[in-house]
Amino acid sequence: MTPSLFFFYLLAAVVVISAAGVALLRNILYSAFALLGTLAGVAGLYLYMGADFVGVVQLIIYVGGILVLLLFAVLLTNRIGEVRISNASAGLLLGAPPAIALFALCARVAVHTPWPTTEAVPAPLTARLGEAFLHELLLPFELASLVLLMALVGAMVIARRATQDPREPHEPRATRKEAP
Amino acid sequence: MIGLQHFLVVSAALFALGLLTVATRRNAVAILMGVELILNAAALNFVAFAHFVAGAVGGVVFALFIIVLAAAEAAIALAIVLAIFRHFRTIDAHDVSTLKE
Repeated sequence: MTPSLFFFYLLAAVVVISAAGVALLRNILYSAFALLGTLAGVAGLYLYMGADFVGVVQLIIYVGGILVLLLFAVLLTNRIGEVRISNASAGLLLGAPPAIALFALCARVAVHTPWPTTEAVPAPLTARLGEAFLHELLLPFELASLVLLMALVGAMVIARRATQDPREPHEPRATRKEAP
Repeated sequence: MIGLQHFLVVSAALFALGLLTVATRRNAVAILMGVELILNAAALNFVAFAHFVAGAVGGVVFALFIIVLAAAEAAIALAIVLAIFRHFRTIDAHDVSTLKE
């Protein structure tokens, strides 16, 4: 087995096993850490394909950002004592056969379709990506930044506590010490 | 030799497990984790096709936009989860079933 083959199967095993952990583990904190394995494994697969920029972006945004956000949400919404049992699954017996059938179908299509593959030449991507984003993809790029801005402002508006209605009289601030 | 099919099979497994997570989990944050798995499967497919078939940057650009939208989706969805938790004191998807008090 060549090193290339070995690394691919290692990364694939990490991705699939930890994704199964996300789907099946009983403790939601374990699920979150299994998601870490999946995301890092997918980043490894990107790097394996020579998509260096996407791999690094995946590491920074998914592992460094989204996963931490998910962990915050887990810890904010579970009373700590209940974390152990907080990730119940409903109808796993009913849900597993369609998922397995879907995987079998997708895998069969993927293996048996004669894809028009060309000889893959790993080439550095970042320069080409930057040129694409600043020329023909400028509008989608700016739209993405707008979407992100709106999403973050919206998230803050949704997540904050309800403020007092400004038309109602404010209650006096509780016992503030007067300056001497 | 590792070809396109290998990556597609891994991506199919990721997608099926993500769908299983979304379908069976009761915790809203765990359902979000399933959505992240599905988005990752799609992005992996895009990058694999860009690498093995197209040879252009199009698929990689799609993967980047998927990551951007996943970040936006996670921020919004977790804000909604926090608001739901503040209101119902639970995020179990079976218990949060009223539209109006």
